[in-house]
Amino acid sequence: MKWVKVIVSFILTLSFLSFPSCAFQSDELLVDDEEFGLEGAPQHRSPEPIPTRSPPVTSPTRKRHSDLDSDSKIQFSLDHAFGDSDFSPAGTFSARLKTWSHGGQTLTKLRFSRNSFSDVEKEKFKNLLESDDFYRIRLPSNVLNPPGRDFIISSVKARCLPRESLDEHFVIHMEGVNVLAVNYGSPGSCPYPRNLKLPAKWSFSSHTVLKNSEQAPRAPVFTEEILGGENAEGEVVQPAERSFWAKYWMYLIPLGLIVMNAITQAMNMPEEQATGQVPAQGQPSAGAVRRGPSSAVRRR
Amino acid sequence: MAIRSFFLFILFFSSSLSPVFSLYEDQVGLMDWHQQYIGKVKQAVFSSQRAGRKRVVVSTEENVIASLDLRHGEIFWRHLLGADDVIDGIDIGLGKYVITLSSGGSILRSWNLPDGQMVWESSLQGPKHSKSFLLVPTNLKFDKDNVLVVFSNGRLHAISCIDGEVLWKKDFEAESFEVQQVIQPPGSDLIYVVGFAASYQFEMYQINAKNGELLKHESASFSSGFSGEVSLVSTETVVALDSTGSILLTISFQDGKISSQQTPISNLVEDSLGPAVIIPSSVSGIFAIKTDAVTVFIRVIGEGKLEVVEKTTHEIAVSDALSISEDQQAFALIQHASSEIHLTVKLAHDWDGNLLKESVKMDWQRGLVHKVFINNYIRTDRSYGFRVLIVMEDHSLLLLQQGEIVWSREDGLASIIDVTTSELPVERNGVSVAKVEHNLFEWLKGHMLKLKGTLMLASPEDMAAIQSMRLKSSEKSKMTRDHNGFRKLLIVLTRAGKLFALHTGDGRIVWSHLLRSLHKSEACQSPIGLNLYQWQVPHHHAMDENPSVLVVSRCGPSSDTPGVLSFVDTYTGKELSSLSLDHAVVQVIPLPYTDSTEQRLHLLINADKHAHLYPKTSEALSIFKREFLNIYWYSVEDQNGIIKGHALKCKCTGEVADEFCFDTRDLWSVVFPSESEKIVATVTRKLNEVVHTQAKVVADQDVMYKYISRNLLFVATVAPKGSGEIGSVTPEESWLVAYLIDTVTGRILHRVTHHGSQGPVHAVFSENWVVYHYFNLRAHRYEMSVIEIYDQSRADNKDVWKLVLGKHNLTSPISLFSRPEVITKSQSYFFTHSLKAIAVTSTAKGITSKQLLLGTIGDQVLALDKRFLDPRRTVNPTQAEKEEGIIPLTDSLPIIPQSYVTHALRVEGLRGIITVPAKLESTTLVFAHGVDLFFTQLAPSRTYDSLTEDFSYALLLITIVALVAAIFVTWRLSERKELQEKWR
Repeated sequence: MKWVKVIVSFILTLSFLSFPSCAFQSDELLVDDEEFGLEGAPQHRSPEPIPTRSPPVTSPTRKRHSDLDSDSKIQFSLDHAFGDSDFSPAGTFSARLKTWSHGGQTLTKLRFSRNSFSDVEKEKFKNLLESDDFYRIRLPSNVLNPPGRDFIISSVKARCLPRESLDEHFVIHMEGVNVLAVNYGSPGSCPYPRNLKLPAKWSFSSHTVLKNSEQAPRAPVFTEEILGGENAEGEVVQPAERSFWAKYWMYLIPLGLIVMNAITQAMNMPEEQATGQVPAQGQPSAGAVRRGPSSAVRRR
Repeated sequence: MAIRSFFLFILFFSSSLSPVFSLYEDQVGLMDWHQQYIGKVKQAVFSSQRAGRKRVVVSTEENVIASLDLRHGEIFWRHLLGADDVIDGIDIGLGKYVITLSSGGSILRSWNLPDGQMVWESSLQGPKHSKSFLLVPTNLKFDKDNVLVVFSNGRLHAISCIDGEVLWKKDFEAESFEVQQVIQPPGSDLIYVVGFAASYQFEMYQINAKNGELLKHESASFSSGFSGEVSLVSTETVVALDSTGSILLTISFQDGKISSQQTPISNLVEDSLGPAVIIPSSVSGIFAIKTDAVTVFIRVIGEGKLEVVEKTTHEIAVSDALSISEDQQAFALIQHASSEIHLTVKLAHDWDGNLLKESVKMDWQRGLVHKVFINNYIRTDRSYGFRVLIVMEDHSLLLLQQGEIVWSREDGLASIIDVTTSELPVERNGVSVAKVEHNLFEWLKGHMLKLKGTLMLASPEDMAAIQSMRLKSSEKSKMTRDHNGFRKLLIVLTRAGKLFALHTGDGRIVWSHLLRSLHKSEACQSPIGLNLYQWQVPHHHAMDENPSVLVVSRCGPSSDTPGVLSFVDTYTGKELSSLSLDHAVVQVIPLPYTDSTEQRLHLLINADKHAHLYPKTSEALSIFKREFLNIYWYSVEDQNGIIKGHALKCKCTGEVADEFCFDTRDLWSVVFPSESEKIVATVTRKLNEVVHTQAKVVADQDVMYKYISRNLLFVATVAPKGSGEIGSVTPEESWLVAYLIDTVTGRILHRVTHHGSQGPVHAVFSENWVVYHYFNLRAHRYEMSVIEIYDQSRADNKDVWKLVLGKHNLTSPISLFSRPEVITKSQSYFFTHSLKAIAVTSTAKGITSKQLLLGTIGDQVLALDKRFLDPRRTVNPTQAEKEEGIIPLTDSLPIIPQSYVTHALRVEGLRGIITVPAKLESTTLVFAHGVDLFFTQLAPSRTYDSLTEDFSYALLLITIVALVAAIFVTWRLSERKELQEKWR
């Protein structure tokens, strides 16, 4: 479980989550910019998506490359709509386009700047909150030549967003330069009876995560291991060391019983001799009484 | 509660046993049944052998070639050709070989008539695609070898009947030449190939049948062009229609010279309506044309003169000609008249005289006669008798002889579209159906026999008696509901638009109904049945109301044609009502709400994305309004690679105010990049699936919570290049991506790529797991993967004290708008077979462990324990894991021969597997359909909650009686002894 967390947090740091609007500027970015510099020729924004498949984002190279190309920076816009209204611009994503040596392209270092709500939009959003309606966003399906084939739409009940400020959480599923889907919603839970609650601050705190496809684990191939495993199995076949009791309990229990039986027999004998003399040999009923317990003991 | 824990205990106990689900030889047929069908007959050839069993060889639309017993209609042998190996023609050569031409005329096969063994196969290539013809001339010999003449793919072949060798071939490469007929006049060595070129030129080739030499080529042009087929009226005359369908062209090519005559149809028929078509037939001297309402039979009298012999407005079917002597040809004609059909057999040259005239009562439920095949025999008084084989609208096959239906086959059941189930009526005190119950003596006798069997005292005759008693146990075929829920009705919709109810006990047809709404009508030209839904399932009114099903169909192949709904009572098979809709039906969503009469609410989505609510009652509307905001659905556009989520918006804003129509809106969309992904499979959970518990206890006393959401969708996409056949791409350019998508919010919960893998993908979704099957190009093997998804937001509820004090979130409602905290586990295994279908067992309460049912390529159903597809399997499981039942990890899934559900049988052409829970928790009912039908009961964890069928109650009774007697005897003895001792 831990490694999942580590990877997730790693991706999170990679994709620069939590930009509280455009005000936040981190000095780390510049360093990372250098880190992500590209090998070889200056990169250009290709007019058409290259139909190749790119591997998932791996850890950034530790090599430093000084030559930077501004062309590898791209931007695409986020549109939003209130209920069934038309879409209008709401913010801009900017990212670096990384071209791999085998031709694949991936986005890294996604940044998001959110436009703050205008008064009209605030009013619209309040209406949404009151009617428990959907707040919808959309992204282009191709970041190089938007909107691509179609827009990617996602929506959430407006009442899920307000907390202290308006909290939103984007998970953008990418496939090369194509956006497959965007999961949009509140970063935490949104329990069902959604209560009407106005945000204290009318500003967005946005979290963005960029996700690429994971590789499936390969089906295990056991041919060699089975060959090797036979020896191991052979060892296993040898009975493991067991305790004395575990080995011989089947002999010990009857033995114990016999011993016990013998002891009781021995204890009864003198008694019988002692009592037997008193009623003499007359009463058969008493003999039956006596025989009873002794046979019971034997049975035990 | 106690019962439940008891069940769990037993379950655990039984699952720790080695999984053996096989049955004994004498149990075959006890709970399962198997029915063999062939499909709608396309062509039939009667075996003309004088001696031996009478048989008819048929080819069908399900690509089956079968030899049927002419006396009883049973199948002697049959072969199912592949799905793309469509049969073009069959015939019998030399009286002992069945010759079939298939795959667009490119494969010619010969089968041995008595036993169906293949004798030879030859592949015929040609320069271009064309119609194909198969001729078996009776007297065309070539070095004592009979010759087959095959025209296919623009090439004429002469083929040896003995070994399939091509003797000669002749190409017809002319670009625009379209062959219409290939004629071999009996008694001559000539072959005529006639056809059209450039749609207005008539071409005739005369060919020497001995060596394929072109003797003559004549052509004549007709400015009016041609339409449709040509009808052969003699060996050297054909009749065709011009392009407007109003003028008949009689073209004769006697001695290689083309002469023609034009006759407007209006000259023959005064009140001709609209364009006509020629009904294909091969009766010499007579042909038939059909306009919208009228069928006209026309005779050709010498030199192209035409004469109308009969005009009828009835539905009519004509057979091909049958030569009964040197110069006499007979043919059969069938006309419909209310509840009867009239069969007439006439001689070709004598229209007015009838050889035979019979009327046969015909069930309306069989519809119209589609095809007639005629055969003659010699009666006891040495005169000719005729029998005809007819194919009905519902695809059934009947043999008529002496004015009676000798046998019938319900071959519509070979093409099932959809299946649902219905309960049987509750047994009422007054009307006990259980009259078949034996009296006490027979009951005792039966049990004594069984007792003998168990004590190994039974003689072979006794064993046979026991077996037959078990097989026809009347209990299982009763028409009432049983305590265990084994007896149900399977409601089946076939491609012919007929609804059947099959009894699960023995597979008999309880009722069948040819849907009136699926009948061709003016408004609805080519109705197609789509789906079956349970419309009304009465629980509260089970005694006095019958359940009903909804049949959704539409009026044409494209999805924007208007839909038709019909409601059918499942007890009687009566069509309660039908609705012709004014909108199309693209998607049908059964909602989880019912009204006070227990009719289920259904939402129909049309092509313009409007939602229509059914039933159209105000009560339904009020229920619907309450849940208005909680209704979400999704649509998959396979072609575009887009999945969209929708919700309802408001009432329709059309010009017509319709309360039951709603506008919709898009909530989310997932767009797969068209250059790298193509949707090949989408699977959801079954709507009525029951999950017993959300918690799963894992080895170290830990609990995991299954992520159980009805709104999960599994999507598999492959690289567009890799969507073709296996092996058409290299592993590098092929991949498969599996997704788990929440259909309310459009969140992708899980996404994983299998590099070097390829479809076809078969998947099944149940509880919190999905299993999918695909091909791994790198390993050159099929693979199966499992994904299990667990809910982490509830993972903290492990503390007992929290549970005791109620500080847990287990009862809080789940909202899908919350950010999901899920983890997935997955694992892949190799699997030997390729699959045709996959399903999972389902039980009433979901307690019993699950089995996957795999429809293998060999048309069998294999049961595989879900425990083999558990992502928690490891190579060396710990002791605790072993106790939990985790199997050590292996790289491939085992195939245990005993776990074939279909045991020795095959469900030819397997298409689907349906599982239905019985009332008894341990048991699930399995129905597999294809060309054949198979039904059985399965107990994935054995029948832990009931005694087996062959349990000897008599033995139990006798033991109890003996014990009681022994108690009394010993009591008496001991009392007497005590008394004696007291007296002493």
